[in-house]
Amino acid sequence: MKTYMCIVCGFVYDETLGRPEDGIASGTLWADVPNDWACPDCGVAKADFEVVQV
Amino acid sequence: MSAGGAAPVLIVGAGLAAWTTARELRKLDASVPIVLVTRDNGDFYAKPTLSNAFGQKRSPDQLVTTPAAAMAANLQITLHAHATVQSIDTQAHTLSLAQDGGVRALAYSRLVLASGANPIRVPIAGAAAQAVQSVNHLDDFRGLHADLSALPQRPDGSPATVLVIGAGLIGCEFANDLAQGGFAVQVVDPAARPLAALLPEDASAQLRLALEGLGVVWHFGRTVQSLDASANGAHRYEATLSDGTRLGADLVLSAVGLRADTALAASAGLACERGVLVDAHLQTSAPDVYALGDCAQYSAAGGRTLPYVMPIMNAARALAATLAGTPTALVFPLMPVAVKTPVLPITVAAPDPALQGQWTQDPATSDVHEGGAWRFVDAAGVQRGFVLTGKQTAKRMEWSKATLA
Repeated sequence: MKTYMCIVCGFVYDETLGRPEDGIASGTLWADVPNDWACPDCGVAKADFEVVQV
Repeated sequence: MSAGGAAPVLIVGAGLAAWTTARELRKLDASVPIVLVTRDNGDFYAKPTLSNAFGQKRSPDQLVTTPAAAMAANLQITLHAHATVQSIDTQAHTLSLAQDGGVRALAYSRLVLASGANPIRVPIAGAAAQAVQSVNHLDDFRGLHADLSALPQRPDGSPATVLVIGAGLIGCEFANDLAQGGFAVQVVDPAARPLAALLPEDASAQLRLALEGLGVVWHFGRTVQSLDASANGAHRYEATLSDGTRLGADLVLSAVGLRADTALAASAGLACERGVLVDAHLQTSAPDVYALGDCAQYSAAGGRTLPYVMPIMNAARALAATLAGTPTALVFPLMPVAVKTPVLPITVAAPDPALQGQWTQDPATSDVHEGGAWRFVDAAGVQRGFVLTGKQTAKRMEWSKATLA
């Protein structure tokens, strides 16, 4: 499981946690997050996220 | 056009607006030369994290997501860092750049001003007034971080006190962050409640209570009149409020808003009001000169400045398309703002202030532990804005779809 960070606002998507409030179940891999999902904090597209080392 | 085909797109600034314009333009045009000039070192960092990094124990260096050199290499642009634009000649399509003790002229085909904003500072009397800090840049945060880290433990073991001036978005985020980071936090604001400009009263009340739960002490309806060295030594400073109240504080942070930096634009003869005036294509009053971000006053937003992340992303994409040869008018969609107060997360889609209408709370959300949901409905009965707090913020996407921008 990896984490991804929005390069614009710093919001972190953690694959382990998913994003249940957006209908993305815990354990959802980044690759399986819908392409039209946007950063909940700043609204940028999925393409503007980067892998974060943990 | 005197610049000729080889003159680059020149971007002034290295904040989110500048870098995003460069990134989006490079996506659309692999070969156009892009030059970016900036007063600072140009490192790319997520600015919204400045007001919630301390509590997360993130150091200033950790906030840099991509160093400037890597940004320049990735985007294949030329970066002039630690360089100051002294003047712009919009007729000749040149600007003069001071760097390394020398001054030289740079030609541009198109110029993009992304020079940002400066913190507003309300006048404060007293011998220690110069000690008031504000944070609008990573370097400001470096100073704040060092000072907070160096505050001594008080003899009785109680935490040092931070006085925050301003209970708006940034003030509330800092209050939450610093209270969580172990400081005693006092907040002073002339309004009657936190986030008074953004939230309906009942939502403000929830935030007020939530931050009080962390120990934040509010002083509403008052301003800071003066700041002096503390006479009794209990704290470093003593602030005197407009009603005569005296507050001890060890650090004072001002967060009362931003004012667009229009100095360079105005000196170049560009039309400015509260910001650099731009039309729907983000063009200023001069041909081939554009502006966006915190320095811009958008006709696409009814003549407002919009100091948030989402407007910048939308403006940068539209501008990049225009610069790449497809004139693209900027149309702002609904842009909900997340207030980073973890003790009570809030999402606000603020209605246009010119709109007449009314806030009403969704009756299904009256249980305070479940958070709250408020909708702003205009005179025609259309939902034009909303506020979600606590657990209700999960409805962000659903409510956005039901709201007309």
